[in-house]
Amino acid sequence: MARLTFVGGIHPYDGKELSKDKPVKEILPKGNLVYPLSQHIGAPAQPIVAKGDRVLVGQKIAESGGFVSAPIYASVSGTVKAIEPHRVVTGDSVMSIVVENDGLYEDVGFYPVAPIEKLSKEEILEAVKEAGIVGMGGAGFPTHVKLSPKEPEKIEYVIANCAECEPYLTSDYRRMLEEPEKVIGGLKIILKLFDKAQGILAIEDNKPDCVALFKQLTKDEQRISVRALKTKYPQGGERTLIYAVTGRKINSSMLPADVGCIVNNVDTITAVYRAVAEGRPLMERIVTVTGDAIANPRNFKVRIGTSYNELIEEAGGFVGKPEKIICGGPMMGFSMFELDAPITKTSTALLALSKDEVSAMEPGPCINCGRCVEVCPGRVIPSRLADYAEHFDEEAFVENNGMECCECGCCSYICPAKRPLTQEIKSMRKIQLAKRKKN
Amino acid sequence: MSELLKVSSNPHIRSKSTTGGIMAAVIIALLPATGFGIYNFGIRALLVILVTITSTVLTEFLFGLYRKRLTVTDLSAVVTGLLLALNLPVNIPFWMAALGGVFAILVVKMLFGGLGQNFMNPALAARCFLLISFPSQMTDFTCDAYTGATPLAALKAGESVNVMDMIIGNTAGTIGETSMIALVIGACFLILTGVIDLRIPGSYIVTFVLFTVVFGGHGFDPAYISAQLAGGGLMLGAFFMATDYVTRPITIKGQYLFGICLGLLTGIFRIFGPGAEGVSYAIILGNLLVPLIEKATRPVAFGKGGRGYEK
Repeated sequence: MARLTFVGGIHPYDGKELSKDKPVKEILPKGNLVYPLSQHIGAPAQPIVAKGDRVLVGQKIAESGGFVSAPIYASVSGTVKAIEPHRVVTGDSVMSIVVENDGLYEDVGFYPVAPIEKLSKEEILEAVKEAGIVGMGGAGFPTHVKLSPKEPEKIEYVIANCAECEPYLTSDYRRMLEEPEKVIGGLKIILKLFDKAQGILAIEDNKPDCVALFKQLTKDEQRISVRALKTKYPQGGERTLIYAVTGRKINSSMLPADVGCIVNNVDTITAVYRAVAEGRPLMERIVTVTGDAIANPRNFKVRIGTSYNELIEEAGGFVGKPEKIICGGPMMGFSMFELDAPITKTSTALLALSKDEVSAMEPGPCINCGRCVEVCPGRVIPSRLADYAEHFDEEAFVENNGMECCECGCCSYICPAKRPLTQEIKSMRKIQLAKRKKN
Repeated sequence: MSELLKVSSNPHIRSKSTTGGIMAAVIIALLPATGFGIYNFGIRALLVILVTITSTVLTEFLFGLYRKRLTVTDLSAVVTGLLLALNLPVNIPFWMAALGGVFAILVVKMLFGGLGQNFMNPALAARCFLLISFPSQMTDFTCDAYTGATPLAALKAGESVNVMDMIIGNTAGTIGETSMIALVIGACFLILTGVIDLRIPGSYIVTFVLFTVVFGGHGFDPAYISAQLAGGGLMLGAFFMATDYVTRPITIKGQYLFGICLGLLTGIFRIFGPGAEGVSYAIILGNLLVPLIEKATRPVAFGKGGRGYEK
């Protein structure tokens, strides 16, 4: 049963008006392109080119490193300059292939395997896997793994995550407005994998134009419907989205497939369409460049591997001096050390803020106000979990459902004492997850 | 330019609400009752208020100096001082009021770790401390305006009371408790600004009314029930003391349960106890039950237990 919302959540300033009304602008890279071998969850890809090789647009340069992994393709033509560690947005150093762009954009030629109607399920999955598609909403989980649940016949809903609940982000919005037929086409391809499933486009109701557009475009589609969800962060989280659309609940140790659901982000679905219908591997994505420290905020269609520096130039540079630059949205994004990092498959946005609210605030003692409990979509007690984490009381942390936290950040956002609750809980969860893996 | 960027863990934005802002809202919400108390009992009421606030703020400041951590700017000591004054009779000796302030901040709050760590409401604990130590001065409500008993005491003695006067507040009592209207106006402000909600006050008052109907000996008598609601510290307690964040359960179900416990305790103390009042003792006793209530009402995490897979 659709509930169209969930319990908890917050309504932060959404900043979407900065960039939502400008059409996506395609930009071509000027400098070298950097392709980190780990742009996804799972095993890093293995390079299949060597220094000095010439590569073409759409040429595979790194092979998938296992089942849970994804290959990587060159997005320009040019010469492999090096295979060396490079700084990525999280601050980690990751082995990367560096390609010098020759500006010719010679491609390998893109041909679909067969007309969509004639494709078998196996061929579709193979095409998705070969195209190197991963969850482009930020998580980077390889899409072919997501689309291969143990019992595909038990999948009842394929949900297109069009919520875009992160403040400031408008890339999904522009994608939906400008290329709706590709979103629907991609969803139809995924539906071919699951005979009993209904396709649902789940859109937050702060995008009424998208809701209307998709209702119009899908009115003759038997298997696809549109749901307008209430606007609230984190509506686009996997668990809250499944609940809002179907009334079903999953916890941290379950997969969406356990309740008959498959959830994919808009951009991922578009990538599936391009891979299967056009034979194009994943080489580009839409990135929102926004924030009060950016001169001309807007969305750019950009080749993966391009440096963030170039994006900022395209957006007119900075207004004044930014204090903080975030890769992704303000709720779940990473703050960056430096701008010389490449756009990857999971780069949703670049947000430059002239003031960093967080460092200006001094955390005080918890006054037990309970606001974190009210906003927590995971229904835990964030203030207590943060206490357990701070005192390294692992037993109490796990006992009190610390592992059920989805790290959405609502508790830190709302806390009047400005305590870094999410940070404390996140670090403890990391330790616990690492321990689970060991055992 | 890289060294100029600030780096921190997500989220990178914060809401506007602050601890100081919440405390300020509580102070504003108490102003109608404070103003009425001064109007009702005269200038001495104002002096008592100033004495307790000075005493609580000074205690917190001095303790902060000693511990080298100044916390007085969060305004919580002002709230405690004001609440304490509103719970005192107007003719209390000033030294006694000051002692109450020191007890509230030093013993109940700071020695247990300061803001957020006390397990009893400091103002109420101080009131109970004074009530036990100096019963005659603490229960002497005669002043220029009123002679004789508080309406609740009269009610208990079987005398008739003027319910309208009790709702407006033209009666004997502690400085801030007499006017139901002023307290409810302040409570509405807190509810509208999202500082408190109706979970605790609502379940507290409903439970108390039910208890009074069943055990009060007057059955369903609207006049008696209104007098019980308007009299004594019930409104002040339910909206301003029972909702004290630090000393109420943090779980949502626990808050309802807490309200119910307070309603029962207040009913028992008022109807079966020797005195007419019972709110202060009910709340500090309720404060002691909070860890148990929280344990019993731990929320079920999303997708865990029970109806994990609902169609």
